[in-house]
Amino acid sequence: MIVRFTLNGRPREVETEPHRTLLDVLRDTLGQLEAKEGCAEGACGACTVLLDGRPASSCLTLVPLVEGRRVTTVRGLERDGRLHPLQESFVAHGAVQCGFCTPGVLLTALWYVEKNPGADREQIRQALGGNLCRCTGYTKIVDAIEAWSRRATAEAGP
Amino acid sequence: MSGAPDRPDLIGQRIPRHDARDKVTATIAYAADWAMPGMLHAVVVRSPYPSAQIRRLDAARASAMPGVVAILTAKDVPHNTLATDVPGQTTTVGPLRAHLHVLAEDRVRYQGEPVALVAAETLEQARAAAEAVEVDYEPLPGVFDTATALAPGAPRVHEAGNLLAEWRIARGDVAAALAGAAVVIDGEYETSFVDSGYIEPEAGVAWIDGDGVVTIRLATQVIEHYRDVAEVLGVPQNRVRVIGTYVGGGFGGKEDVTVEVYLGLLAWKTRRPVKMVWTRQESLLSRAKRHPYRLRYRTGASRSGEIVAQQVEIVGDSGAYAYLSALVLLYSTVTAAGPYRVPNVAVHARVAYTNNPPTSAMRGFGAMQVVFGYESQMDRVGAALGLDPVHVREVNALRRGDTLPVGQVIETHVALPVLARRAWDSLGEPTPPRAPHVRVGRGLACNLQPYGRIVWLHDWSSAWVGFEMDGSLVVRCGAPDVGGGQASSLCQIAAGVLGVPLARVSVHISDSALTPLSGTTTASRQLYMSGNATLKAARELREQVLGVAASMLGVAAIELDLVEGEVRARDGRTLALKDVLAGCARASVPRSRLAVYHAPAGEPIGFMKVGGPDMAPHTPQTLAHGPAEPGRGSGKVFPDYTFGAHAAEVEVDTETGVVRILKYVAAHDVGRAINPTSVEGQIQGGVVQGLGYGLLEEVLLDEGVNQTTSFASYLIPAAGDVPDVQPIVCESGEGLGPYGARGIGEPPIGPPAAAIANAIAAATGARLARLPMTGERVLRALGALDGKDG
Ligand code: FES
Ligand code: FES
Repeated sequence: MIVRFTLNGRPREVETEPHRTLLDVLRDTLGQLEAKEGCAEGACGACTVLLDGRPASSCLTLVPLVEGRRVTTVRGLERDGRLHPLQESFVAHGAVQCGFCTPGVLLTALWYVEKNPGADREQIRQALGGNLCRCTGYTKIVDAIEAWSRRATAEAGP
Repeated sequence: MSGAPDRPDLIGQRIPRHDARDKVTATIAYAADWAMPGMLHAVVVRSPYPSAQIRRLDAARASAMPGVVAILTAKDVPHNTLATDVPGQTTTVGPLRAHLHVLAEDRVRYQGEPVALVAAETLEQARAAAEAVEVDYEPLPGVFDTATALAPGAPRVHEAGNLLAEWRIARGDVAAALAGAAVVIDGEYETSFVDSGYIEPEAGVAWIDGDGVVTIRLATQVIEHYRDVAEVLGVPQNRVRVIGTYVGGGFGGKEDVTVEVYLGLLAWKTRRPVKMVWTRQESLLSRAKRHPYRLRYRTGASRSGEIVAQQVEIVGDSGAYAYLSALVLLYSTVTAAGPYRVPNVAVHARVAYTNNPPTSAMRGFGAMQVVFGYESQMDRVGAALGLDPVHVREVNALRRGDTLPVGQVIETHVALPVLARRAWDSLGEPTPPRAPHVRVGRGLACNLQPYGRIVWLHDWSSAWVGFEMDGSLVVRCGAPDVGGGQASSLCQIAAGVLGVPLARVSVHISDSALTPLSGTTTASRQLYMSGNATLKAARELREQVLGVAASMLGVAAIELDLVEGEVRARDGRTLALKDVLAGCARASVPRSRLAVYHAPAGEPIGFMKVGGPDMAPHTPQTLAHGPAEPGRGSGKVFPDYTFGAHAAEVEVDTETGVVRILKYVAAHDVGRAINPTSVEGQIQGGVVQGLGYGLLEEVLLDEGVNQTTSFASYLIPAAGDVPDVQPIVCESGEGLGPYGARGIGEPPIGPPAAAIANAIAAATGARLARLPMTGERVLRALGALDGKDG
C-alpha cells in the first residue's frame, strides 16, 4: 500500500506493507536513523516521534495510521542549520551522555513544555515517564529542560 | 630543552563535550545504524531450557527456507572455545582462566544459551528460519540457587563441580576480638540479579574488507576482543579488526563478547556483510547480569564505636559460566570490610555455578554488592551504641598509611570524614511528614571502589597526538566511548597542553587497526589510563614543537609558551603555530607523538588458581593472613581507590510500604575534576542506577526461566521515580590520573541501596535486608516489627 505523510515539513510517500511500524519505515525505508529502537514494545521511548505534535512510540505505530499526518523527528528541530534552543540547552547542561535516549527525550520535552510553559521540575519528571535514560540519572536532563522553559517563558513576556 | 610548564587552563572547565552536538541532532551512527551493500541479517538460535542435553540438531529444513544463506552450529565453528577472562590490553593474564563454547555442543546450561546462528537476506527470513531449526532437547535436572549448588550431591553444572572460586582473608584474631567487643551485630543480606539495562541493545555489522581483514563494527567496551574473534576463526590476530562505535551505554554489559564472534563467523563463512541486532527481550534474557549475593556479617565494636572485628561470608551466583566471576568475587573480598580500619578481619567468599543466566561485569564489579552489607552493619553498630551516623564512620575511616585487610597500604589521601559530614549536612532541614501514615528518615552510606585494573594485569594504554599542517590537532586513542565523555576528556587534556582551541581538535577512537590500543573502557580506568597516555603524548609533543620554535627565535625553550594557536616568547615575540610546524618539517622533527602509559604493576598475591569448565578442580585461595601490621604492604591489588559518602532522606508510606526518596546527596573525592559537568553526570547517573538496584530492579527467575525479559517487567528508574541528585565534588588532587584525577565511573553506584536501607531504618525502625526494597518487602518488615506475621 502507499502511505503519504509529512516528515519534518516535507511530504513523503512510501510503498509499504500495512503491518510495518513507523519506526521500521523511518529507519529502513527512509533512512531516518534518528529514531532509535531500544525495546520495540513501547516501554523505553527511544523511538519517540511527534505525530501531529504529540509524542508517540513509533515502534508501536503501524504505518497506515500516519496517513495524512505530520511526523516530526529530532532532525526537524533545527532551523537554518541552527540548533533548537532546547537542543542548545541539552548541550550546555551536559544532559547528554551516551545520547541514545536523547532524540526521544528532546521530542517529549518539547511537546510538554510548549503545552505547559511554567512546568516545575516534578511535572517535567512526570512528563518524561515514558522516556528511559540509563546514563544521566535525569537531573541534568531536567536542568536543561527547566532552563529552556524559563528562558522561553521570559522571552514570551507578560 | 623543555618549554615553560603547560598551563592546564582547560582543566576543571565545564566544557560541552565534543560529541554533544552530534548527539542532540542524532547524527552519530550507533552500531545498529550501520549498513553495508548486500548485507545479510543474522539471528541467534537460543536454548529455551536452562539445563538440557541436545540430542539432535537438524537445520536441513531451515536451510532450505527462502533467503537463508547460512546456518552455523558448533561443528561449523573452527575453534569452538572462547576465553572469557580478563579482556583487553593486558600483558599478563595470570592464572585465571575461564572458557565457554561459542555455540553449545551437546549440553545447554542456561536459558538463552546460543545453539546456532542463522543468516538470511532479510531479518524476517532469518527469524523464520531460526524458528525452523529443529533441536531435540532432553531437559536435565538443574540447580537454581547457590545453597543447592554447593550442597553435596547437587547436579553438576560443569564436570569439575559447582564451586567456581573461593577467596579468603584472615587477619588478626577475629574470634578473640568478637569475644571482647562491647557490641556484636549479626546481619544477613541478600542482593538480586540485575541487568545493565542500557537503552541501546547489542548490535554490530561485520564484513570482509578489501584487504581480506575481517572487520567488525559494533558497540563494545573492549575493542581488543578482535583477538578472541581471531582465535575462534583460527586466523592470525592481525587479520581481524574491531571498530568500536559510540556506545549507547555499557555499564559492564558490553565488556564481555556480545555479537562480535557471531558476526565474525558469519562474515567469514558467507563472505558477505552481516548485521546482527539483539532484541530487548534477547538482551534481557541472555546478557550477563550482576551477581546476586548472600552476605553474612558479624561485626564487633568497642564502646566508643571502633570496629574491632569484621567476619564476612559471601556467596555469589555465577550462573552457568565463569566469565569474570572469580575477579568480581576478588573485588568483593578485598573491599568487604569497607573503607574502614579494622584490625581483625576474616572473609570467606565463594562463587558457584548454577543454571541461572551467567553473571559478570557490571558497574561496581563486586565492590558494589558488599556495600549493602558493610554499611547496613555500620548503621546498626551506630544505632546500638547511640552514635551519630557520621561520627561512627569518622571514628573508623581509613587514613593514608593504613592497611586494608588484604595487606594493601592506602597511599593517597582519604577524604571520607569530610565527605560524610558534607553529604549529611547538605540534606538541610528535615522534611516534615506529609501525612500521619508517612514516616521520614535519613541514612548515610560510604564506600570505596578501586579504579584501574588489578596490578598484576600490568595494564597499559597508549595514545597518539599530532598536529596537522594547519595547526589543527588530532588525538588517536583506542579507548571506546560509552557515553561517559571518555573521548571528550582526551580532547580537553590535549588541547590544554598544546594551547589549541577545542574546536580545532579531532579525536579518533576505538579502532583496533588504526588507533593505538588503550585497553578496556571498564574498571573506571579510561580517564586514568588513557588520560595519562594522552597527557604524556601531548607534553612530549609540546617539547618537540617548542624546541623547534626556540631555535627559530634563538631563545631557550623555557622562554616559550604555546597558547591559542601561537608560540609566545617572554620577550613578546610570537610565531604562528603554522610556521613553527613548517619549521618542524624543515628540521625533520615529527609533528606527532605516540606515548604509552604503564600503570603501577605488581605480582599476584597468594597462589591464584581458579577452577571451572575445562579446568582442574578448584582450589581455595587465601589472599592474606596473619596480623594486619601497619605498613605490611605485600598485598597490593589495585592501583588506588575512590571514596564516597552518600546521604538520603526518604519517606516511607506505612500503608503501602512504598519508599520515596525526598533528597539525595552524593559526595566523592574525585581527585581532580577534569570536566566537572561530566563528573557530576557520572555521579548522578551512577546514583540513579544504584537507586534502581535498591528499590526496583530484579531479574526474576523461575527455575532458571527468566520472567523479566521486557522493560515492562524489568523496571529501571524513570524520571519520576527518582529525585534530583545533588553531587558534591571534592578535589584532593591525590589521584593517579591526569592532574591528580581519580576514576569516578563506578564509585557512585555503590552506596545508594545501603543509604536507603539506613534511611528506612531511621524512619520506621525496620531493617530491610533483601534487595530490592519493594513496597511489599517494606510492609513485611513493618509487619514483623508489629509482631504480625508478614
Ligand atoms: S523502541 Fe519504541 S518505546 Fe522502546
Ligand atoms: S544518555 Fe544514555 S540513555 Fe540517556
